[in-house]
Amino acid sequence: METEQTGAPLVIERAALRRGSRTLWSGLDLTVRPGELIAVLGPSGSGKTTLLRAILGLDRLSDGRITALGEPVHRAGNRRIGYIPQQRPLPPDTSMRARDLVQLGVDGHRFGIPIPRRDDRARVDELLVTAGAATFADRPVGLLSGGEQQRLRVAQALADRPRLLLCDEPLTSLDLANQEAVVRMIDRHRRESQAAVLLVTHDINPVLGKVDRILYLAGGRFTLGAPRDVLRSDVLTDLYGAAVFVMRAGNRLVVVGAPDAEASHHHHEGEHE
Amino acid sequence: MNWGDVWGAMFGGVGDYGEILALVSNSVWAGAVLGLVGGLIGVFVMQRDMAFAVHGISELSFAGAAAALLLGADAVTGSIVGSLVAAALIGWLGARARERNSIIGVLMPFGLGLGILFLSLYPGRSANRFSLLTGQIVTVQNGQLGWLILIGGVVLVGLVLLWRPLRFDSLDPQAAAARGVPVRWVSLAFMLLLGLVVAVAVHIIGALLVMALVVTPAAAAMRVTAGPLAVPLLAALFGVAAAVGGILLAVMGELPVSPYITTISFAIYLACRAVGARRDRVTRSL
Repeated sequence: METEQTGAPLVIERAALRRGSRTLWSGLDLTVRPGELIAVLGPSGSGKTTLLRAILGLDRLSDGRITALGEPVHRAGNRRIGYIPQQRPLPPDTSMRARDLVQLGVDGHRFGIPIPRRDDRARVDELLVTAGAATFADRPVGLLSGGEQQRLRVAQALADRPRLLLCDEPLTSLDLANQEAVVRMIDRHRRESQAAVLLVTHDINPVLGKVDRILYLAGGRFTLGAPRDVLRSDVLTDLYGAAVFVMRAGNRLVVVGAPDAEASHHHHEGEHE
Repeated sequence: MNWGDVWGAMFGGVGDYGEILALVSNSVWAGAVLGLVGGLIGVFVMQRDMAFAVHGISELSFAGAAAALLLGADAVTGSIVGSLVAAALIGWLGARARERNSIIGVLMPFGLGLGILFLSLYPGRSANRFSLLTGQIVTVQNGQLGWLILIGGVVLVGLVLLWRPLRFDSLDPQAAAARGVPVRWVSLAFMLLLGLVVAVAVHIIGALLVMALVVTPAAAAMRVTAGPLAVPLLAALFGVAAAVGGILLAVMGELPVSPYITTISFAIYLACRAVGARRDRVTRSL
């Protein structure tokens, strides 16, 4: 346990992902330090979701080795890693309250007679407060807004205080207030638990102030580095092989001209499958 | 049509109700167990969007029972074999909703056709043939009723033990898999439990009407509440009310059980819709 506490929560060595004859990226080495937040950027279909799922043991890379929380990835799913999958709105008649959604993170994996435990309940209450959800804890989840649902899913992922947190587009289609709330929850957990965070996003701005490094996957290759070294017109132009401009507006960055397949973005839920 | 005949068909047996009831008490128990597990499993059927799968499984279950009749084997065993084969096929081939629906759409008419073929070749009494499609619990023998009750009990235990991972997988399979829930096995186990429930239901209300006890009660419960305990409890209650109420009413006369069960089930659903609509209005105006 000692090495795990002090060692890197995530080590990726010589990772490669190929689809048929096409190489999405190869030779990826990445060591994530405790408390570090890495944003994963790149166009649709660049293997961002597959990378996260490979860390969880749910998908396989074409090549390379992943060590998560001191153990090589060896089976499907890992309860010690927090995971926020890409969002899907819940149907309005979902028979579950806000509290129950969070509770799944605490005991959803347990088989056997579902008898509630007192400390589980306390943990759920705590998580609901973290999510700012105490006021709607007993409302049906299907009737909540997308932002409220997303905050609950973040709380669910944080249930076991994971030291590695993987977030797949956690801010998509949220309003500004909810984007900020979700970023605050993730950032707070990172600081309090010294957790490493890998966050897939197509818009860097909501997290720009918190990001330590950026992993940019595009054009069959990748670039890894501090935001100021990656988010540059020359670097991204080279990566995409097309004219891309990074412009500064106040303390925000705008990437213009990146050939992002954003229009098809909402139709590729099965990207990882 | 003579209204006197209708009255006689519905309530002709009221005079001997006590004796009739003693004769059919096992049927009532089988109905109660089926109502209970049908309501419970229905909650997951709704959440997993599998109403169509229920229908598909029941047609193959019917084919299995018909084949058993023709071969001189036990009809309950036949329906279980048919159900489990269908459930396993759907669970194995149709992981995604879209594929699943096309597989069911292909299997269902095939199963129904096979069943009709077996029944036309079957030399036995014609009443027996019809009952597999539209149900007639009171003609099921006592030994078989014992089996139906036992199978219901097995499904109940299975559902309780799988409860939390199944809920997790039904809501968010990706998050569940990431948390180490063996989602493939959980889904397959669910399909097999569903197959067993359907096999029991085929004998009680018939292959064509299985949904009245496996889908309708849960759909009704979900209209009026969202509590994790309230929905399954209410669904089970509705299922038991429809199954037991239907049998108790039917044995007063000589009409089949199924229309009573389906009518009660549907009436409960309508009432729940009305209550749910009222609740939504109130919630919105708050």
